[in-house]
Amino acid sequence: MNWISNYVRPKINSLFSRREMPEHLWTKCPECGTMLFHRELATNLNVCTACGHHMALTPRARFATLFDGGVFTEVPVAEPLADPLHFRDSKRYTDRMRSAQRDTGEKEAMLVAEGEMGRTPIVAAAQDFSFMGGSMGMYVGNAIVAACARATELRRPLILFSAAGGARMQEGILSLMQMPRTTVAVEELREAGLPYIVVLTHPTTGGVTASYAMLGDIHIAEPNALICFAGPRVIEQTIREKLPEGFQRAEYLLDHGMLDRVTHRRELRDELITVTRMLMGLPPAVKGDLPPPLDLAAPEAQPDAPAEDGAEGTTETGDQRPGPKADAAE
Amino acid sequence: MTHYLEFEKPLAEIEGKAEELRAMARSSPEMNVEDEARALDAKAATMLRDLYAKLTPWRKCQVARHPARPHCVDYIEALFDEYTPLAGDRAFADDHAVMGGMARFHDRPVMVIGQEKGHDTQTRIERNFGMARPEGYRKAIRLMDLADRFGLPVITLVDTPGAYPGKGAEERGQSEAIARSTAKCLSLGVPLVSVIIGEGGSGGAVAFATANRVAMLQHSVYSVISPEGCASILWKDAEKMREAAEALRLTAQDLHELAVVDRIVPEPVGGAHRHRETVIGAVGEAVAAMLDELQGMDAGAVRADRRRKYLQMGARGLAA
Repeated sequence: MNWISNYVRPKINSLFSRREMPEHLWTKCPECGTMLFHRELATNLNVCTACGHHMALTPRARFATLFDGGVFTEVPVAEPLADPLHFRDSKRYTDRMRSAQRDTGEKEAMLVAEGEMGRTPIVAAAQDFSFMGGSMGMYVGNAIVAACARATELRRPLILFSAAGGARMQEGILSLMQMPRTTVAVEELREAGLPYIVVLTHPTTGGVTASYAMLGDIHIAEPNALICFAGPRVIEQTIREKLPEGFQRAEYLLDHGMLDRVTHRRELRDELITVTRMLMGLPPAVKGDLPPPLDLAAPEAQPDAPAEDGAEGTTETGDQRPGPKADAAE
Repeated sequence: MTHYLEFEKPLAEIEGKAEELRAMARSSPEMNVEDEARALDAKAATMLRDLYAKLTPWRKCQVARHPARPHCVDYIEALFDEYTPLAGDRAFADDHAVMGGMARFHDRPVMVIGQEKGHDTQTRIERNFGMARPEGYRKAIRLMDLADRFGLPVITLVDTPGAYPGKGAEERGQSEAIARSTAKCLSLGVPLVSVIIGEGGSGGAVAFATANRVAMLQHSVYSVISPEGCASILWKDAEKMREAAEALRLTAQDLHELAVVDRIVPEPVGGAHRHRETVIGAVGEAVAAMLDELQGMDAGAVRADRRRKYLQMGARGLAA
């Protein structure tokens, strides 16, 4: 050991993996209050082992479990104008952005990637609720435009994971204009004859629900996800009565015909593989055709779909690459 | 009875005094108050000009919501002939917050669709204050579809505080209805022009105003969220709506600079509610001019024009 490995490397590592560092080893389930050990929670895809509550998943964590062996390539997203309105409330918008970037280690509220899922080539986009409530501003608009363009170019299906409080107020009318803008992108994908699958996760509300999140060929939601246009609080204030239990939750929307399916996160990946392969006219996925990645046994390995369902969803590069955790930090 | 806005209170006082003087003169003809009354009139006119010369964004919101501001019904009545209202979404109900139908505009058959707020308590309740439910958006979709099949240009008049936040509206898929209506606007093979005549409230407005050309009255507003809503979320105080209105950049002038709006229809001093006929006429001219700009474009070209326009949204910011 020399000073480089003792001093420099830990510093560099801490720069990249800040988000992965569990601040506390135990997480309290917001639904049932059970204390969950972080590793147990991660292995269970951030779903409470006691009550099945689906907690938030960052786009990177989601892609690590979605793509074969956790391997994916980021699709570049065009940089929008920064703070076009010079917006300021109690804080400057630029300061809010900086602190969100510092807290999450991400540039913005959406991540777009391409790769293979059960050996099915796809493009995926995921919204990051931890980044300013996942709010849709011009960057998210650019990300969806880029995702649709890339899917069209590669002739692949697009899977979009939505999670947002709505439009980003700090970009004013320009965030509102992302509603028609993303609609154009989605329509162009549709015209190219490619499937657009939306996975609605908790919460998906406001202008996001009222544009690209409700225009999918197939709508799948995670259990108990809040999906709505106007939030329950606003409605209670308007109609001055208590809303029924489960109102605007995934199961409720399923009952009211707004969703195709409500699927547990554990089964989601397999379901997405099945659905996209059928829509793309591909033969059924072969299960267990490849060994799981070698480093899965390592104690530091992140939860990964292969850990759940054995050999399914591995990749040739699995033994060459570091685990999904290191991959996500690239 | 004139309805004075909060910031017009000093004006109300002066005009009230002039009115009183004249009333006195009528009851006792020997009194000569005309000079005095005229002086008050002049003072009121100057004050009105000063008040409207530089309306703050929050005052514009108030003007845009003025009860006597011309509404969708007034425009349809004055600018269109043979208006034939069409009703219903063919699925659930007819939403009275949305009105629309076929009509002739300068002899040419068109489809006109708009949001109507109502003008007194009874009609306001009937129209749900211009807040549409899913069936309203689905009715608009149906009418746009009809127009598309028979080659009628579509004119939309936008005046809504937003989509209705209610239990039934959510159950029946408010978000899906808005998303589909926006998508329908974008897919039309006929020209679509829109005028923001009052309030352009968030998604509820986008579902109508995703048009080839968008005009906006000088004192109308168009925003992602109401200033009150924004203030309660970002300032944690609904009373900070003045600051929020300022920050949101919701005026016609700002939106024109951001290329969200193509043209501004000027309002005479005192606003549209004081000059209803002039403003209605000016809106008619703006609609005609916008339709002229799209004349001769085929279905593919109008669609491409709309897509190009919305794909570019956000390319232009405001000067510091």
